[in-house]
Amino acid sequence: MDAQTKVPLVEMKDISLAFGGLKAVDHASIDLYPGEVVGLLGHNGAGKSCLIKVLSGAYPRDSGQIFINGEEAHIANPRDAKGYGIETIYQTLALADNVDAASNLYLGREIMTRWGTLDDSAMEHEARKVMARLNPNFRRFKDPVTALSGGQRQSVAIARAIHFNARILIMDEPTAALGPAETAQVGELIKQLKSEGIGIFLISHDIHDVFDLADRVTVMKNGRIVGAAPVKDVTKDEVLGMIILGKCPPGATPGPGAVAG
Amino acid sequence: MSSSAPIVRSDVPDEPLFKRLMRATEIDTRMVGMIAALTLIWVGFNVYTYFQSGEGLFLTPRNLWNLTVQTSSVAVMATGMVLIIVMRHIDLSVGAILGFVSTIIGVTQTSVLPYYLGLDSPYIWIVTVMLGLVVGAAIGALHGSLVAYLGIPAFIVTLGGQLFWRGAAWWVTTGKTIAPLDERFALMGGGPLGSIGAVASWSLAALACIGIVIGLYAGRRRRLRYNFPLRPMWAEIALAVVGCFVALGATWVVNDYPWPERVAANYATAHHIQAPEGGLFISTGYAIPVLIVLVAGIVMTFIAKRTRFGRYVYAIGGNPEAAELAGINTKKITVLVFAIMGVLAAISGCIESARLDAATNVLGQFEELYVIAAAVIGGTSLMGGVGTIYGALIGALVIQSLQSGMVLLGFDSAFQEMVVGVVLVGAVGIDTFYRRGTARG
Repeated sequence: MDAQTKVPLVEMKDISLAFGGLKAVDHASIDLYPGEVVGLLGHNGAGKSCLIKVLSGAYPRDSGQIFINGEEAHIANPRDAKGYGIETIYQTLALADNVDAASNLYLGREIMTRWGTLDDSAMEHEARKVMARLNPNFRRFKDPVTALSGGQRQSVAIARAIHFNARILIMDEPTAALGPAETAQVGELIKQLKSEGIGIFLISHDIHDVFDLADRVTVMKNGRIVGAAPVKDVTKDEVLGMIILGKCPPGATPGPGAVAG
Repeated sequence: MSSSAPIVRSDVPDEPLFKRLMRATEIDTRMVGMIAALTLIWVGFNVYTYFQSGEGLFLTPRNLWNLTVQTSSVAVMATGMVLIIVMRHIDLSVGAILGFVSTIIGVTQTSVLPYYLGLDSPYIWIVTVMLGLVVGAAIGALHGSLVAYLGIPAFIVTLGGQLFWRGAAWWVTTGKTIAPLDERFALMGGGPLGSIGAVASWSLAALACIGIVIGLYAGRRRRLRYNFPLRPMWAEIALAVVGCFVALGATWVVNDYPWPERVAANYATAHHIQAPEGGLFISTGYAIPVLIVLVAGIVMTFIAKRTRFGRYVYAIGGNPEAAELAGINTKKITVLVFAIMGVLAAISGCIESARLDAATNVLGQFEELYVIAAAVIGGTSLMGGVGTIYGALIGALVIQSLQSGMVLLGFDSAFQEMVVGVVLVGAVGIDTFYRRGTARG
């Protein structure tokens, strides 16, 4: 538990987000330490993607504060978030389908020549290096990503997230579209990134994935935090109980969404 | 692939010659298809007129020269329409912007500036062209802002824009035709005087050849530096030869078109030149509007391929949400794309009113449809994200070739429009079929 004595890498305090009358996130607080994987669990519509999109700058929050390394962060758009070293791998991958891998890798932060034009050769060169590390079989650098397989597209999205010295990585259902071999590969990658001191939010509705990879779990229901617990202090059944019933077991710290009793 | 020696694209044995050629030169198959279609149209019309009248009328310097001049207005605008359609928008107002801008230019040239600058001031044309470009950009930016910030569909904004600016053009001219325009301004429309002549045309061709060779060499060096696969040397040489051949051939054709006898005779008298037997042969060379098309094509290709802005336009067209999440200001890009379209419509307005030597409120009517058709025939997908500038230029040439050819053959106007309609639908149909085929493969 020595991680708890340090300053958290990310601390989101009392975050709320509403769409019209619907409270997608209701006074949620969550934290993340360096080299830690926090699994964020919940049903579809529990608010986990919305909470995390506040952190990645995709949604503006209605209230609440975000602290990065103990200092308040001002995140209003994806560019701000990237400035804090927060990178996101979205469930939809968020790739521009019609351009090639290198262009996607550098979308929004292109390498320019000294004349202010795009330096495609340099970008492709860098893309080849990073892809050689992630997916050595990747050869299709000239094709638009729409022509790639699911696993290849995933590796482009992951490459984009880790290439720019991310300190905080958000993975939204990273294995939903993958086969067993590719899922195992993503698992290996998460362990490697963790050992490099990167903090990872892993969003999933697959409880087995989360138990394999995460250090702590946080469960959400109806936009509220049910509770948070170190993985070793709770059982899968207890976590299922949190997801489905909102019942907080003794090993977990209850949140505002926990059902009394 | 770990060796540090340059990788040359390996030849696959037993590959058909054409396929091997395409792979080695990295030429887009779609472009080859479009050029083949264009060649077919040209040769077809030429053979047809040969059987009809005993001589081929289509592939003559005179007809080809006219063809390029007639294409120029639509071609200039098509380069911008590509980016609009790539971003999943549409602009139905370009014809009306063209008309409105030309009336503004006409009125300032004939009834405003002469009072301030004098009737024959050499500054009139440049001031009015600048004014036209600014007005075009402003109108485009207005349309783009309505689309981007208020979320009104581009179809509606520009449909309303079409009605509004066409009406505004009428209001500016009070329905009258404004003519004649400034003499210098009229050069933008082409014609014997609005062309650059033999020497300048050959110089331009030489520059183009040097440019092609330097471009290929620089590209090869860049690939070598990063150890990327290279084209085989024979493919590089073939590309250089074909490129130079096209540049020189086109120049030869436009220089083979002489000034009309009367114009040449007047010129001879005015400059005290003794006209030889059979009249003076003065080469026309490239027309200024055609040079404007070339510049627009090169600049727009540069913007699309080599700038951040262009990359974002394509990325937004491919996946707007992804572009937004990558931190791209999609609204600003939308406004800019429409503003560029407005500038290009203004340039076309200059070309057309200069060519006509008059500004009228119906100038450019229905032209938006041909502009969109040119972009689409040139391979721009209405689904967004896909399209090339050179494709749109070839598309514009295809449409104009069909129309000119049918005029040469004496087809009914009614029939001409029907044919263009069929070709548009047919071209997109073939393209869709082809794409489905490659997607499956």
